Formats: sequence, structure tokens, C-alpha cells
Amino acid sequence: MGTLKSVDQFLNIRLDNIKVSDPDRFPHMMAIKNCFIRGSVVRYVQMPTGAVDTQLLEDATRREAKDNKK
Amino acid sequence: MSAISSFVNQQVQVILYDGRVIVGKLMGFDVRANIILADSVEREFSEDEGVEMVPLGLYMIKGDNVAMIGEIDTDKDATIDYSSIRAPPLNDIRF
Repeated sequence: MGTLKSVDQFLNIRLDNIKVSDPDRFPHMMAIKNCFIRGSVVRYVQMPTGAVDTQLLEDATRREAKDNKK
Repeated sequence: MSAISSFVNQQVQVILYDGRVIVGKLMGFDVRANIILADSVEREFSEDEGVEMVPLGLYMIKGDNVAMIGEIDTDKDATIDYSSIRAPPLNDIRF
């Protein structure tokens, strides 16, 4: 869990201020604050519902659909 | 790859595809996530004893093996008593 700072074309991910969801089972990353995850190991990315601005995404997809029609 | 440029000259923890955990000072990297670590130490986690620190020295790791590179909060790291931590080693990554 952390703040998504950047993603590149390989889906490499940069996360800041991370927290491990189950630190008792996985204490391996206790001292890490910011991290870089290689895109090739990513299984999924989960976004908290509250952090997704659906209105903004809907507008963006509508705009794209409109542009594609032209 | 500018994502890791801020980690250069910092203590980082690298998790490899086979589940190994290596800590060292990041000296350099490239677009393939090939990295060079100075004064690196492997942290071997195990269920029946504390974390074993295995000195490895200067390491060049090919990007294909890298799963994660994490910047270590050195202040926090210094407060952790690794000899009392019991945890199974991380699994290797397979799909």
C-alpha cells in the first residue's frame, strides 16, 4: 500500500510512503519508506474506491470516444 | 527509470525473483534495472532463528532478477532488532 508516484511503459511502479498490509506475516520490508516495483512482477494494482475520481475518468473516456468517431 | 534516480547513494533493499533480500548502497542503475550495490548484505529470514546477515560486498545485479528496490529509512532500520524477527523466507516469484 502506498502513494503512486509514477508508472512507465513497462508498468514499473514507484510507490512512496508504503505500508505492508500484513506486516506480521511479511516483516521483510519493515524499514522501507519508498519503493520501486519492477513491472514484470506485478500481479494486480488495487485502487481504493474513494481515491478514484470516476467523474474525471468518465469525462476522459467520453472525450476519447468522441475524438475516435471524428 | 527516473523512478529510482532518487535512491542513488542511499541504503536500499532489493528483493530478487528467487525471494532473496539484499541490502546495500545503490551506486548505479540503468533502464533495465541492472543495479550496482556497494557493501551489500544478504538478510536471510528464517522461522526458527533471527535474521542472518551475510556480507556480500560489491554486487552487480542483473535487472532480470530484480523484483523490488526499496529505499530504507535508516533511522527506522537502526531501531529494529533483526535478531528477534522470525519469519519464513519469501517465496520465489513464478507465474
